[in-house]
Amino acid sequence: MGRYLLRRLLQLVPVFIGTTFLIYWLVWSVPGDPFAGKCGDRRCPDSYINFMTEKYQLDQSIWVQYATYMKNLFQGDFGITFNNREVADIIATAYPNTLKLAVVALAIEAVIGLTAGVLTGLRRNGFLDNLVLISTLFLIALPVFVVGFILQWLLGVKWGIVHPTVSSEMRLTELLLPGFVLGSASMAYVARVARTSIAENRRADYVRTAIAKGLPMRRVVGVHLLRNSLIPVVTLLGTDLGALMGGAIVTEGIFGINGIGRAVLRAIVTKESATVVSIVVVLVLVYLLMNLLVDLLYAALDPRIRYE
Amino acid sequence: MSDILVSEQSKPGAAGSGRPSGRLLEVEDLRVEFRTRDGVAKVINGVTYHVDAGETLAVLGESGSGKSVTAQTIMGILDTPPGFVTGGQVRFHGKDMLTMSAEERRRIRGEGIAMIFQDALSALNPVFTVGFQIAEQFRIRRGLSRSDAKKRAIEMLDQVKIPNAKGRFSNYPHQFSGGMRQRAMIAMSLALDPEVLIADEPTTALDVTVQAQIMDLLAELQRERQMGMILITHDLGVVADVADRIAVMYAGRIVEEANVYDLYAKPAHPYTMGLIDSIPRMDERGQQLRTIKGLPPNLMNIPPGCPFNPRCPMAQPVCREKLPPLLQIGTDRASACHFAEDLVNRD
Repeated sequence: MGRYLLRRLLQLVPVFIGTTFLIYWLVWSVPGDPFAGKCGDRRCPDSYINFMTEKYQLDQSIWVQYATYMKNLFQGDFGITFNNREVADIIATAYPNTLKLAVVALAIEAVIGLTAGVLTGLRRNGFLDNLVLISTLFLIALPVFVVGFILQWLLGVKWGIVHPTVSSEMRLTELLLPGFVLGSASMAYVARVARTSIAENRRADYVRTAIAKGLPMRRVVGVHLLRNSLIPVVTLLGTDLGALMGGAIVTEGIFGINGIGRAVLRAIVTKESATVVSIVVVLVLVYLLMNLLVDLLYAALDPRIRYE
Repeated sequence: MSDILVSEQSKPGAAGSGRPSGRLLEVEDLRVEFRTRDGVAKVINGVTYHVDAGETLAVLGESGSGKSVTAQTIMGILDTPPGFVTGGQVRFHGKDMLTMSAEERRRIRGEGIAMIFQDALSALNPVFTVGFQIAEQFRIRRGLSRSDAKKRAIEMLDQVKIPNAKGRFSNYPHQFSGGMRQRAMIAMSLALDPEVLIADEPTTALDVTVQAQIMDLLAELQRERQMGMILITHDLGVVADVADRIAVMYAGRIVEEANVYDLYAKPAHPYTMGLIDSIPRMDERGQQLRTIKGLPPNLMNIPPGCPFNPRCPMAQPVCREKLPPLLQIGTDRASACHFAEDLVNRD
């Protein structure tokens, strides 16, 4: 187990370097003058341009730039924006908000998706099954911004059940709707995967054995069937947390949440390359670690998986 | 040796409802069909047998003869749909289980009647330890504490002669060998001290050498606990040593029932004769193995008359017209062949 973990961690290194370099190269190679419009209507003075060019090593090759960036990153320095603001500050204010939103979305997704999946998997072809199949198809087919705007308008504006936007305090009750919107597509997938998994395992021999042992139905389903059926669902949920954080750009925009998505969008528009790179690097890191966690969880859930 | 219940393959529920007979477990005129998209398969067509405490009934038949489905119906683990019970009774201590409430039936499982399955690897839950799965019964059904349940589970593993039972308690099914896994399965089924044990082809998935060990173990445990045992198998060799009586099934019917000695010495049904003839024999080395020609009937379209008639070497015109009922011949055996008397009285 320890050796496996070490090997998996080592495997992360080339992936991390590869992805971050790709991002770095993409962002800094965007054509156009990085200092256009930085000095109002006038062209920036040469002294400013020279100073900035040296500061960001713009006259160096991309390799040198990347190496310097990485070196600083490992010392906890995410770089600074053109306006002399610490990128680390931007991440520190935006990240918790996105994390909160993503966790709420994940929780909603797990609870609703799993419940719907288990109920329909146990009783296929009934009314509930058809309802879930159709509604999940809807959620999968509709882009998140459509779901977001419709629900915001219906629940927030027309019926006034919730506040249409999220305040800076990020209260849990405010986050329910954005969380639902963000997790909606994944929720549909979770429901479908859980449904298939339950339906497949329901007729398994070991379930029949559990019934033959005279265990109450509650226990047969809740312990024997569920534990086996959960394995693919957990994988799906685990990898999803990373995706939810990266995919929050639209949702954060709709509900006015000050998170990573908005920060990265603003940085792209204003060509704040240092900010873009650092935010994406953090997202990559979260994604990689979540994947590792899922693999370890997988072994905890299924003892047949052995790590050599 | 007990006498044979004679069945006229009567209408469902017509005979003997509620009549206390003192029998431990009896199946009477059971009928089960599978309703599939392609049609209705009549899988069980009036099966009647019983087992008493301390005796072993072997149910013999080829795949599709309905022996396992009968067992599943007794246990109440028949997959519905497609399987539906359309008639008959399954009485435990004289009480029909098919009309019991689900809760009443559940209580009988494990404590009254327990079952072991053919493939222990798929029958055990892969994500729980073997110990957990045995201890679970003591915890859930007997309300024992975790540690007491564990103690009892280790005792059970010990009883089925699993070496190092204490250490094996926390192993997963995939960490056991085939034979050990079946032993664990037996330990699990016997945990609640059932009165009847149904063993559905318990050795089919095992190596030949291990088969004998498992059969010996089962026979020993059955004797010790004075259980009634229903041993389902397609292997005539397996039953000879352990069974008291044998019921031979064909196309969802019992075609012959007799004690082991009579059945081997003088089968009273051509199908049984064919089965015995097809056992490979040491003194016929190098010769082609004998088989029963033809295939079992399509259960969606069972031929009229005796279902065995298309394959029967002695079939007469009457066999294609009239279904032979299971009738008693002599003192303690029965056969569903029009010419059963002739077969028994031949030299």
